[in-house]
Amino acid sequence: MLELLWLVLAFPLAGFLVLLTLGRTMPKRGVALVGVGSIGLAAGTTFAIAASYLTSPPPGGVFEETLWTWWHVEGFAPSIGLHLDALSLTFILVVTWVGFLIHLYSAEFMADDEDYARYFTYMNLFVTSMLALVLADNLVFLLLGWEGVGLCSYLLIGFWYKDPANVHAARKAFVVTRIGDVALTVGIFLLFQWLGTLHIEDMLARAGTVWPIGSGAAVAAAMLLLGGAMGKSAQVPLQTWLPDAMAGPTPVSALIHAATMVTAGVYLIARTHTIFELAPAAMRVVAVTGMVTLLLSGFAALGQRDIKRILAYSTISQIGYMVLGLGVGAWAGAVFHFMTHAFFKALLFLGAGIIIHCLYHEHDIYQMGGLRKQLPVTFWTFLAGSAALAGFPLVTSGFYSKDLILTQAFTSPYGSWWLWAGGLLGVFLTGLYIFRGVFVAFFGEPQRELERHPGWLLRIPVIVLGIFAVGAGFLETPDILGGVKVLSNFLGQALPAMAGHASTGTEIGLETAAGLASLLGIGVAAALFLGQRTLVHRAMETTIGRRVQRLWAAGWGFDWVYDRLLARPYAWLANTNRDDVVDGAVMATRLVTIGLNRGLSVTQTGRVRFYAAGMAAGAVVVLLIVVLS
Amino acid sequence: MVPDVVDPALVLSVLMFAVGLIGLLARRDIVFMLMSIEIMLNAGGLAFVAAGARWQQPDGQVMFLFILAMAAAEVAVGLALVLRLHRLFGTVDADAADTMRG
Repeated sequence: MLELLWLVLAFPLAGFLVLLTLGRTMPKRGVALVGVGSIGLAAGTTFAIAASYLTSPPPGGVFEETLWTWWHVEGFAPSIGLHLDALSLTFILVVTWVGFLIHLYSAEFMADDEDYARYFTYMNLFVTSMLALVLADNLVFLLLGWEGVGLCSYLLIGFWYKDPANVHAARKAFVVTRIGDVALTVGIFLLFQWLGTLHIEDMLARAGTVWPIGSGAAVAAAMLLLGGAMGKSAQVPLQTWLPDAMAGPTPVSALIHAATMVTAGVYLIARTHTIFELAPAAMRVVAVTGMVTLLLSGFAALGQRDIKRILAYSTISQIGYMVLGLGVGAWAGAVFHFMTHAFFKALLFLGAGIIIHCLYHEHDIYQMGGLRKQLPVTFWTFLAGSAALAGFPLVTSGFYSKDLILTQAFTSPYGSWWLWAGGLLGVFLTGLYIFRGVFVAFFGEPQRELERHPGWLLRIPVIVLGIFAVGAGFLETPDILGGVKVLSNFLGQALPAMAGHASTGTEIGLETAAGLASLLGIGVAAALFLGQRTLVHRAMETTIGRRVQRLWAAGWGFDWVYDRLLARPYAWLANTNRDDVVDGAVMATRLVTIGLNRGLSVTQTGRVRFYAAGMAAGAVVVLLIVVLS
Repeated sequence: MVPDVVDPALVLSVLMFAVGLIGLLARRDIVFMLMSIEIMLNAGGLAFVAAGARWQQPDGQVMFLFILAMAAAEVAVGLALVLRLHRLFGTVDADAADTMRG
């Protein structure tokens, strides 16, 4: 059964190829059938493979399938090979199933779009690339998937290319993530140079024997891999592309945020965890990056009016939690949070998509209001997703996954109390910003009539995701709440066990603190944004209030700083160098050549006597040289 | 290592070569230029003969026979060129045929 693993990759790829070649001539129903069906088949295959993996596990929990050798040069032979273990199985399950639900949703959401076929072509390629990234058994094949994901995000963010702003956002996403990609590529080169192989398993095994803990090479490699992860996973300081990436269709945002793209960095770090464990300094940087990111974007989310931008900053913040988890050695915790986040963030985006779809493409939450009665299914599922995102205690998945990371941040030898405190403040902020959106958009009086009502294809995915957003948390619960360890036991085959161990007393304290922070955030949101919002209005009348709001709305002004620091000097340089200094040197050789040509062609008089004189003079010179030397 | 007494035949040969070269460069009439080339060839031949006599070797005279044969061939080609020049330009002035100047 496991031999059919290649089908998981082949179905979306086949869907992409069919749509690419025949998509234009197919009717919309046919396009939807191929586009959604290919991902559905991949999801079904993944499910069968997961069942087979669990009932009869392969030896060592690892199944490898080499399809063919990509190229073979001087003993360097990267293969198109698939690597299945507990980590990649978890990822492909989430990618295919969440991807399938998003595709199903898109079939209705994009029904009126003239470029229906192009949309599904890109989406299928997107899922193919992500699956290649996750299943790759060597870093070169992984990089192929990595770049494919980047390409598809560019194509889909700029999907409505007739608006220059969308194209600009797409270009920004591509360029900013490219900075990280350069770091990753250099890292791969160095790893090959130092370890002699890029096959991930062999490489990690060799790294463990060659490098002592804390060696400079391990730190350099880990930092470069982290650089790649920062770009793709939108961590500070490369997070600026993600809020702008909202220019694409809403299901695309759901796919980018939940199933593909931004979690690639988390996967990369988890996959190469051995290198990070050999470099405690890099682990610390990873943890701090995660904490800074989750706090900055948590505050920035408070300043947004656009519902999709709120969710975008929330994604950055939640990926920050995953990175924090990786940085403190909570490997299973980070993957757990990836999984629950995929469910509830896909749910939130699809819910936001329904609102936008049914409300004349309105993005501003202050133009919504009262949607609770108009869109009941969307309201209840969005509420479930928001509660999971905020980590509402005991009943939501987000509580358990986030709590696992926070507990580890406090107790693990890599962690410390201030990392935990930052994470806890983040929990409070999360509850505050997401319920601000919920209270403003869904409560109060309806502002206007709906344009249309969502069909079943829009509602089924959000209902399914709603169930998962609540239920997925019970795969892994703390000791005091049942102590279910399904996921960490499963991931224990591929990732090291989590380092931190808390006594029962500490654990109760940490659980309570996280739960209270979440409830406090929701409570403050209710106090501020339910009803007349007098306190908020009064705060906005002060200068400080307005300034803070503007700073957060601009995402702490990173764009402004980058614009002044990088974009403008570069544009100035390019403008100054309009005539191209380097090209001038090249053109000078042309002028010199022309001059020499003129000079020499003067000697071509066409007179025989002149040539004879030249020969005689030359003979004299040669004779003189021979005689005198 | 200049020998004490230079062979007078060699001196004559050098003088003849100089006369030929000057004639070649100074004259514009292509017939005279051909004749100057003949003088230069003969100067070379004389030098070979003188050298052969000096070392008591037959090689110098053999070389002179080669030069003789070559000079005959050269005159055949040269005179054909003179005829073509006269037909094309209506003159035997070598400088008039400078249409291939750069």
